[in-house]
Amino acid sequence: MANWTLTSLVLGTRTLRWPHREDLPLGAVPARLHGLTNEASADQHFSSNETPIWVARTATSQGPLPARFRRSVRVRFVDAGANGALISELRLVDAPPYNLHRFGIFITASPRDADVLLVAGPVTKAMRGPLLKAYQAMPEPKRVVAIGDEAINGGVYGKNFASAGGVAEVIPVDFIVPGCPPPPAAIIQGLLAAAGQCAAIDPEQSLMESVPVGDTQ
Amino acid sequence: MNVRTEWIDKLKGLLPVHTALDVGAWIELQPSLAALRETAITLMEACGCEFASLVAEAQDAGEGWVLRYFFYQPQAAILIAIHLPIAADAVLPAISSPIHAAAWHERETEDLFGISFQGHPFLGDYVLHDSVWPENMAPMRREFDPRQQVTEPGIGPDWQPRRLLREEGAIAFPVGPIWADYSEAGLWVLETSGEQIHESQSRLFYKYRAVEKIAEGQTVDRALLLAERFSGSAAFAHAYAYCRALETCACCQVPQRAQALRAVLAELERIRYHAATLAELAGSTSLAVGKSMLQEIEEQILCLSGQLCGHRYLFGLCVPGGLAWSPDPAELATLHDDITDITKSLNRLERMLVHTSSFLDRIEEMGTLRPDVADLYGVVGPVARASAREVDLRRALPYGAYVDHAPVIPREIEGDGYARLRLYFAEIRASTTLIKTLLTQLPDGPVITECPMVAGSALGWVEAPAGGTFHWLHIDDAERILRWHVATPGTRNWHAFHRALEGAAFQDFHIIMASFGLSVAESDR
Repeated sequence: MANWTLTSLVLGTRTLRWPHREDLPLGAVPARLHGLTNEASADQHFSSNETPIWVARTATSQGPLPARFRRSVRVRFVDAGANGALISELRLVDAPPYNLHRFGIFITASPRDADVLLVAGPVTKAMRGPLLKAYQAMPEPKRVVAIGDEAINGGVYGKNFASAGGVAEVIPVDFIVPGCPPPPAAIIQGLLAAAGQCAAIDPEQSLMESVPVGDTQ
Repeated sequence: MNVRTEWIDKLKGLLPVHTALDVGAWIELQPSLAALRETAITLMEACGCEFASLVAEAQDAGEGWVLRYFFYQPQAAILIAIHLPIAADAVLPAISSPIHAAAWHERETEDLFGISFQGHPFLGDYVLHDSVWPENMAPMRREFDPRQQVTEPGIGPDWQPRRLLREEGAIAFPVGPIWADYSEAGLWVLETSGEQIHESQSRLFYKYRAVEKIAEGQTVDRALLLAERFSGSAAFAHAYAYCRALETCACCQVPQRAQALRAVLAELERIRYHAATLAELAGSTSLAVGKSMLQEIEEQILCLSGQLCGHRYLFGLCVPGGLAWSPDPAELATLHDDITDITKSLNRLERMLVHTSSFLDRIEEMGTLRPDVADLYGVVGPVARASAREVDLRRALPYGAYVDHAPVIPREIEGDGYARLRLYFAEIRASTTLIKTLLTQLPDGPVITECPMVAGSALGWVEAPAGGTFHWLHIDDAERILRWHVATPGTRNWHAFHRALEGAAFQDFHIIMASFGLSVAESDR
């Protein structure tokens, strides 16, 4: 019989000090955020030693949640057509190195308990209805964080009969986190910005420019 | 006399009425519409073939359609295609009643092209949900413009899943499309009259992004971005299959070093994919420490990929003609050492997991896919190999570096959750061995060569982490895509998923799903 408790005690604390100390391991911040073959120049911003700021406010953002939510935020995730890499990165926000819970941010089962709606994907036709329903079921005050290039402007899919071309086409978005996929640290930053625990880039200097244009032709 | 000529003669003997031609990449059969079923059944039953893919496209000239049913013979390593040009209004006999593996391929063709199938048990509401899309929409037809918005509504909330269980007090319990922490969108309708799941249906394609349609008319480079991104978790495998189709079309000889490095990256992706599946499996049984340790390993592999190649999910590496990644000896040494450490940690975790009785209680004899059922549905990948099926394209239709370095294919016979757990670990070990062999015998030379685009069509395949995938590509002389079709492992394995749920208790649904290790994004496209 394996002794998991003892194993975990022997392993000790596995959580990074990040974002309080710059100890993200090599490769946790990818050199090419969008993974485009010839797109390295647009991503140079991300290859410096310091953790970059990924999260940006949208032009219509309501800003972070009121101060009383700062250390207690409930998040509901909605997959509106996300790719598997993003889902995989999202699952890792709970993993030992990142440990989302230490920030007082928790994933909740029901949108009725949620303060933040975390949405990924270009919003496919079949997910438009469920996404709207989830948003409407949330109590005020609420914020929406769109993660991944596709959720921002449709990414490589763009806007067409099957994809709405971004979350903002369906519900108001407050924060965006670019990347295909955004790494776990970036997703956490997006949630921290909604909780008011970290700053977001202004809409004027928005990272939208580094997001590939998603026209379909 | 070589194997191909022998097979052509054999096929001519078995199917006397029509011709069998060697067209280079495959043996082509051209039966009449009436002889389609008989031909397909003969291939499966008398020749021991596996069903690979069904590709429909518009005829180059004229109104009708061309259908290609691909099969492969694993022992002889040959690909066989049934080539069937039909009129625009023809009604096809469905081959899915004896060849169950083709059932969802036919549903897809019916839904997206509006081609009629006769004798199919279950058509409609597949890719295009009746609740949101209008009737008689056929988005894959050439005249359909993907940029247009479809405003005509579907039947809306009136849509109800088909009820299969007819019993007093029976209920249908919906799971999805928004459900559980980080689960992907999809609907599973579980029908029960009490504690056990008696019947269930998987309704996928909530995430239908129509990648095959929006790729049409685009350049091959642009479509490569789509090929990587629709799945994401198996990005390298799909980019590899897509590039193989392009290279076959262009008769491009990929350099030896690129072949070997492609196999290294494909195996690295497999290890990561399986580690993530194992983490989910441990998590689904509430084994928190095990899940955390597996996630740490997954993160370690992602960091390694990010550090070596610039991208954590290997995006942008596989390009037509080779690789956009030329590692130096130091990087290769890092890869070799890290992969050794990672496998050591995984081996240790396996020993712990198989000695945890509370964990084994949840997965042993749970979610069993019997070998005969697995055969019937033609499941692929680790799920198939845990149910005694010997299907692996790296051996059945060897390609690239796998021609000289055939991997060890582990196999289990029980087909339950425990068999799948052991199989994932065994495949990780086999992949590690292969990576190490390839790295020590890495040929010198360039990693990329010119790949001039030539008009034509070709099939590319690889064994993706979740199973075999086939990419059909048809490009015109302006290097633009006329038709791209992806047969994903999910099409096969989600089809059989409900058979593994039969008789399971409600709380086991999550565990069985985790043990299948399937991506919804990959099958929804």
